[in-house]
Amino acid sequence: MTQYLMSVWHADGHPSVSEEDREAAYAATGAFNATIQGTGVWVFAGGLHEASTATVVDGRGTEVVTTDGPFSEAKEVLGGFWIVELPDLDAALALAAEASAACRERVEVRPFQG
Amino acid sequence: MPDAAVPGAGPPRAGPAGGGGAGGGDTAERLFRAEYGRLVAALTRRFGSLDLAEDLAQEAFVEAVRRWPADGTPPNPGGWLMTTARNRGIDRIRRESTRDVREEEALMLHGQTSGDPLDPSGPVDDGSVEDDRLRLVFTCCHPSLATDVQVALTLRLLGGLTVPEIAAAFLVPERTMAQRITRAKAKIAAARIPYRVPRDAELPGRLRAVLATVYLVFNEGYLGRAELAVEAVRLGRILRQLMPDEDEVAGLLALMLLIEARRPARVADGTIVTLPEQDRGLWDRALVAEGHDLVRWCLRRGRPGVYQLQAAIQAVHTDARTAEETDWGQVLALYDQLLTLSPTPVVTLNRAVALAELEGAQAGLAATDPLAAALADYHAFHAVRADLLRRLDRVQEARTAYDRALALATNPAERAVLTSRRDGLPTFTTPQLLPFTP
Repeated sequence: MTQYLMSVWHADGHPSVSEEDREAAYAATGAFNATIQGTGVWVFAGGLHEASTATVVDGRGTEVVTTDGPFSEAKEVLGGFWIVELPDLDAALALAAEASAACRERVEVRPFQG
Repeated sequence: MPDAAVPGAGPPRAGPAGGGGAGGGDTAERLFRAEYGRLVAALTRRFGSLDLAEDLAQEAFVEAVRRWPADGTPPNPGGWLMTTARNRGIDRIRRESTRDVREEEALMLHGQTSGDPLDPSGPVDDGSVEDDRLRLVFTCCHPSLATDVQVALTLRLLGGLTVPEIAAAFLVPERTMAQRITRAKAKIAAARIPYRVPRDAELPGRLRAVLATVYLVFNEGYLGRAELAVEAVRLGRILRQLMPDEDEVAGLLALMLLIEARRPARVADGTIVTLPEQDRGLWDRALVAEGHDLVRWCLRRGRPGVYQLQAAIQAVHTDARTAEETDWGQVLALYDQLLTLSPTPVVTLNRAVALAELEGAQAGLAATDPLAAALADYHAFHAVRADLLRRLDRVQEARTAYDRALALATNPAERAVLTSRRDGLPTFTTPQLLPFTP
């Protein structure tokens, strides 16, 4: 079995999506989550607040530098993600297709190390 | 646009494309190339790693080069290579000492006791090995891999071409191609792209990717290196052997064979020879016959697809003893059918060429008008229009169209024919010449 990160990236702030559509996407995503929760597939999932709520911390030097906001280079921001456990990429891609239809966003599938 | 384009450098090969085996100093090399896909496929299933499978296959070849000249070529070279590679793999795993590897070994030894397909006393070509190659094809052409990556992997792992050969064929630096293949293998392992034949429900979509990959290789060979066309035909034959019930597999092989059959007649003195002007005596009759057999098989099956229809169109051409005997009505009907499955501007353009033969250049030209925007940067669009305008004695417009085609065409032989046609236009430039069509 392999663990995969299924992540949703979008332009910050959902400018093009109406409130109604967003509610519908949340509902569909909740229904999708219900289908995999309690199965061996589900590991963890979560949605994130807007990127403006982020803080970047750089502890590489002697002094810790704290910056308001997300990594500035990013054109798209991480909006939410699932961590799932599945036998192979085909199974992960099939699940990601369902997830994408539910949340109405494209979904990136990426394997975890180890 | 089969015969509107050309192969580049490299002499046409004598004899049927593909093959591998007898004759010449490169017998061993050709044998290795032919056996490579089989070895990698079977070793991957056994040892669970493409990298290890490739290492073992190469070690077996090195061993063969070292031993065969002295010991003589074994009666079953493929079986010898398989056994040697397998034994080296077992040795290597025994030398390792981690627990994981021991578990793998247990799995492997279990496999050995139950009808081992790698047993050199058994036939190398039995069903299990064929299934392995099919797994390999679908892994190489997995939709999570980019098209250029699929092509590179298929040629390397299934086709047995070396990295420098593939790099040269696609005019890519060797390092770039090596990286592309290494990254792809790393992705297959890390993301766990499964090593299996897709289930029935997924098969049509996945098969389309496989066929597209092989046809892409063929087209690269058609426009560039002749060797790639030969390799594509060889891959097509392998697929046909592996999936004898798939109509489109047969269609693709037939299509490639019938185009490849005309290679000897396609270029003369560095200039492309268009289909009507080709010396049909130069066509490779064996390839034509093989292609026609496949087209007839497809017709009996009665489930046409895009490759089968294109093959059928080619078969109408290769069936005509002279260009004048071409059954253009049949060609047009087939293009109409193709358009329903694949309504693309390029198919519409090809249909317009057939229409011009049946109903005259004016009708053909009119059929190309709606394509002007979609195919503005496609040299063949302007070349077709130039020829039709020339036939309508619209000299000035023909010249402009030839110039446009020449500005877009890159292949030297193709440019040569366009240049000679343009320069063969009458030099007087009366605008609005009377469109007199007898």
